[in-house]
Amino acid sequence: MDEARLRQQAIGVKLRQMFDELVSEPVPDEFLEILRRADGAPQDDHND
Amino acid sequence: MTEKVRDPSQDAAFKTQLVALIPHLRAFARSLTGDATAADDLAQDAMIKAWDARDSFQMGTNMKAWTFMILRNQFYSERRRSWRTNQLDQEAAERTLVAVDNPEALVALDELRQGLAMLPAEQREALILVGAGGFAYEEAAEICNCAVGTVKSRVSRARRALQAVLTDGRYDRDGAPAGDAMRSILTESERLSTAR
Repeated sequence: MDEARLRQQAIGVKLRQMFDELVSEPVPDEFLEILRRADGAPQDDHND
Repeated sequence: MTEKVRDPSQDAAFKTQLVALIPHLRAFARSLTGDATAADDLAQDAMIKAWDARDSFQMGTNMKAWTFMILRNQFYSERRRSWRTNQLDQEAAERTLVAVDNPEALVALDELRQGLAMLPAEQREALILVGAGGFAYEEAAEICNCAVGTVKSRVSRARRALQAVLTDGRYDRDGAPAGDAMRSILTESERLSTAR
């Protein structure tokens, strides 16, 4: 058995899991507010 | 210089795509900074920069790679401003290790994160982009502004270094030798792959 390879795979799985967990965190409202302000033009669409 | 006429529908399409990328920008920023607050500041700056530069983006090309490149540039230009030496990686690694003495930090930091924090920044980002962000070597090279071969060698060095850290435990943690970290990762990845 190629143990080193197995370990590399395991690290890869864990790495993706760690990143995916970060990606799935809810985005703070602040982000959308900043973008809305940067947009300049007052628009009616609040959240969609 | 001519002022480009702004097309509202194109702006709206751009914005929709940009909003969808925010979680990815935050994750990438966290991987670079290792700090949640600094990461959100960085991700917000990158988001605004991307929005301001939307005219230079070609719709239909890879917006994720484009925004990651903006975020990365922002990260390194801020880092150059705030650090006179390039000792950041070492210091960040030390801070991370020190933080482990704090029981609250112990919950948040797993062994992989510690291992990542010990890598040189260019290896860490290459590994994150290719190994977790879903980018091809060519895209990662574009984001990092280096040759494809350079990315490949950084990723491979990062993998070897991580494995050494996690397997041989080049660092120790209170009561838990780092060799155990590798075992727990192996167990967990087996569980994950059988759960599919």
